[in-house]
Amino acid sequence: MPALRVAIVVFPGTWSDRDCGYALGRLGVATRRVWHREAAPFARDELVVLPGGFSYGDYLRCGAVARFSPVMEAVRAHAGAGGLVIGICNGFQILCEAGLLPGVLMRNDSLQFRCQDVLLVAAQHDSPFTRGIARGRVLRMPISHGEGNYYADEATLDRLEDAGRVAFRYVAAGAGAGAGAGAGAGAATAEANPNGSLRNIAGIVNERGNVLGMMPHPERACEPLLGGEDGNAIWQSVLASVGVSA
Amino acid sequence: MTVDDRTLEQVAMSRDEYALLVARLDREPTEVELGMAGALWSEHCGYKHSRPLFHHFPTTGPYVLTKIGEENAGAIDLGDGWIAVFKMESHNHPSALEPYQGAATGVGGILRDIFAMGMRPVALLDSLRFGLLDDAHQRYLFRNVVAGIGGYGNCVGVPTVGGEVQFDRAYSGNPLVNAMCVGVGRREHLLSAAARGPGNPLLLVGADTGRDGIHGATFASVELDEGSGERRPAVQVGNPFLEKLLMEACVELAEQHRDWIEGLQDLGAAGLTSSAVESAHRAGTGIEIDVAKVPRRERGMTPYDVMLSESQERMLVIPKREHLDDVVALFRRWELHADVVGVVTDDGMATVRDGDAVVARVPVAVLAEAPQYPLQGRRPERLDRLHGENLGALPDLDAARANAALLELLGCENIASRRWIWRQYDHQVGNHTVVRPGGDAAVLALGGGTRRGIALATDGNGRLVWLDPRVGAQIAVAEAARNVVATGATPVALTDCLNFGNPEKPEVAYELEQAIIGLSEAARALGTPVVSGNASLYNETPQGAVLPTPAVGMLGVLEDVERHLTPALRAGDAVVLLGASPAQPAESLAGSEYLARAHGRVAGRPRLDLELEARVQRLVLEAHARALLAAAHDCSDGGLAVTLAECCLAGGTGFEAAAGLELGARLDAALFGEAQSRFLVGVCEPAALAALLALARDAAVPATLLGRAGGARLRLGPLDAALDAMREACEGGLERALAG
Repeated sequence: MPALRVAIVVFPGTWSDRDCGYALGRLGVATRRVWHREAAPFARDELVVLPGGFSYGDYLRCGAVARFSPVMEAVRAHAGAGGLVIGICNGFQILCEAGLLPGVLMRNDSLQFRCQDVLLVAAQHDSPFTRGIARGRVLRMPISHGEGNYYADEATLDRLEDAGRVAFRYVAAGAGAGAGAGAGAGAATAEANPNGSLRNIAGIVNERGNVLGMMPHPERACEPLLGGEDGNAIWQSVLASVGVSA
Repeated sequence: MTVDDRTLEQVAMSRDEYALLVARLDREPTEVELGMAGALWSEHCGYKHSRPLFHHFPTTGPYVLTKIGEENAGAIDLGDGWIAVFKMESHNHPSALEPYQGAATGVGGILRDIFAMGMRPVALLDSLRFGLLDDAHQRYLFRNVVAGIGGYGNCVGVPTVGGEVQFDRAYSGNPLVNAMCVGVGRREHLLSAAARGPGNPLLLVGADTGRDGIHGATFASVELDEGSGERRPAVQVGNPFLEKLLMEACVELAEQHRDWIEGLQDLGAAGLTSSAVESAHRAGTGIEIDVAKVPRRERGMTPYDVMLSESQERMLVIPKREHLDDVVALFRRWELHADVVGVVTDDGMATVRDGDAVVARVPVAVLAEAPQYPLQGRRPERLDRLHGENLGALPDLDAARANAALLELLGCENIASRRWIWRQYDHQVGNHTVVRPGGDAAVLALGGGTRRGIALATDGNGRLVWLDPRVGAQIAVAEAARNVVATGATPVALTDCLNFGNPEKPEVAYELEQAIIGLSEAARALGTPVVSGNASLYNETPQGAVLPTPAVGMLGVLEDVERHLTPALRAGDAVVLLGASPAQPAESLAGSEYLARAHGRVAGRPRLDLELEARVQRLVLEAHARALLAAAHDCSDGGLAVTLAECCLAGGTGFEAAAGLELGARLDAALFGEAQSRFLVGVCEPAALAALLALARDAAVPATLLGRAGGARLRLGPLDAALDAMREACEGGLERALAG
């Protein structure tokens, strides 16, 4: 059985790279770090992680400069060939800026940075990232961002919903059953939605389902000592989908 | 003498000091020399009024690796080869003028102090003081200071895990912004900020040098006045992105190539001048700098500008000659430029050239050894009056108003939940944070294969120090230690930031001296030496000085971080008060929040028995070591009722007082008095309760069984408050205050 290989991309200003390495290491997965200037192609079976941080300081617009990094050509090629890519927080912003995912992440509706736990449910179960997550299971993990307010035009949102490409939604405590059923799943209270994202969207996948972008930080919810380990469900789903048991 | 008053005023140097400089040099200084001396002889860099008192501090102990003053921060042995370095520093005056950038660059500066020692910063804390939030300007300052701290820390990727904030009118013109940073690493990676090895190059890394912040150290060392707004250019602008790259490069250098370099020093107050001179002084060497080689951000800068610029995000590296190229390449890989701007010499001189021209040549010792002034203190007259106030003559709290008084205190700006603040800070990045903000102290796991952890807290109640400088400062240390003990950690060392008014005024001098004595006494009694710190004097406006505020940052160690405590009570827990019983005289209201709110006065005489304090803290640690405790909380601001409410809210449970619990003759003192040296603990099993009470008896610590957690209401004497009402009061308090 082949081991999962993971490449963690490091832009200047990335800060979740070490946390991702830590979380995956706990699951027995070895990772390598790839500096943003490296343009060499990724291995076909590698999971590419774009971690959180403030790439290039994000002084212009989150992810707007990072998308021009040499490594992004390799990421684009990898995604185009069906390789797995996960963008977390700033990584999600970069994937949107690079056009690998639709929509944008705008300033939180509170106009403030937010670091807090949120509750999520997987809103689809046929991508490698979500296949292993039980239907209706509520996952607790932290967010930490100032710009996580997902926005896309109505037609795009409808298209995402119809194609089952909404990967994760913010839900209120107690939500769960039937969580894949659309905008009504999980009460869309202000408390549940930490940033004003349209239709409570916390994460989406591309058409092929091999590229995931999400604002919450699964790598931080990796052990009970740190407040929970629900984030492991996503890594474990990927491991299972490539035939590796964690 | 040829120098005019205006020039001296610019460098905040007195005529006498100028004369001293001339005498030490045996000639008149050049313009650059005068600027360098002015900066290094400022209070901010030279500690000329506070250093004569530092001999009071206990500085050694079994955990201390680097003593105060030896390096940029103190280093502590955590065991298993792990060490922590930590320090707290003020950025008060910049934050008064430009709150966002002032606070942000305060965070940037303290981070550099830590990674200059080769350690990876893992935690930031902030001790903040503002005027009351009923004033729009204070709300502006508060919002922007919080935003600035978050803006810098969040971007750089170091979690802000704790701290505290208090509001009092005395801080209206001069807010206090103290930032503390803790770094962790392996002992063998510890770096020194010494310019060793004559012939080794001086490498300047990071930002280009601009005109920003010239005279910043001087500005920090004078009182604020109406014209201070014109000093805004003395406030620097931070670039946390650049800092992140510097931090990664420096940590990599320490962790992987320790043998490539002799020293690493940050550029903070007084920029290149203090950085180069201090590192040479530390090593007993000299330095020669060519300002023409310093990369500039703007044209037309003079040697004076370059030497005194406080442009942020710069480090001075002293590589070994043979590894210069390796070090430069490492920084290049992190997309930083590194330029050789000078060389270490063996002549003990600080020489500055501009190309071929020598513009300054002064003995390092003359610059580094600022004149020192013994303080001329006079006991403030207010103390006798305040101590003599008969608090017993005040009308007691009407039992029918007890609920309302509790809810008002829970919601007031000095006690309400700080969630509004810390949810704007990334408090988790790095995957070390075990206990998040909101409890007594933050708890972090070291990771890296050890089970050890650290607990961190800041404290310092200015009101109590104002009422009694010596006892108030003792209490600041005791309470910071208590906060750490409440997590189950053993306090091992502290850092401090001494925020006072103008020390040239006799009453301020008295406060400063007494506070340092009190702080030292408590540090000694509790076994927590002072390993680093900073003095911020001249915190005054025409309206007067701030409350004398020594902020204390305490570090504690947990051998097994999984075994930590929080304030959260669980239904069924027996609740015990360790330390003085609930029945208290009116005198325990001294300096309390209740006295300030209900009676509009800050008065009385705070009391602390350091021997009892040490016994109580040891008792809690012993009880925890024996696994007797389920929860613990420091009983402080707002007294017993507020402490109990906080434990109930944290655990989502109510509380029922034991039948016949004696609250004494004064209801206000029992519920809201702030007698020191008390913990509220939860105990889960009858056997544990009996064992705890026996331990307390053996330790000569009073212990009172208060009652039992459970239900959805807090019932204590006449108090009968619903959990939901308490939660709403507490969690929404700051937002309501900010709504104006």
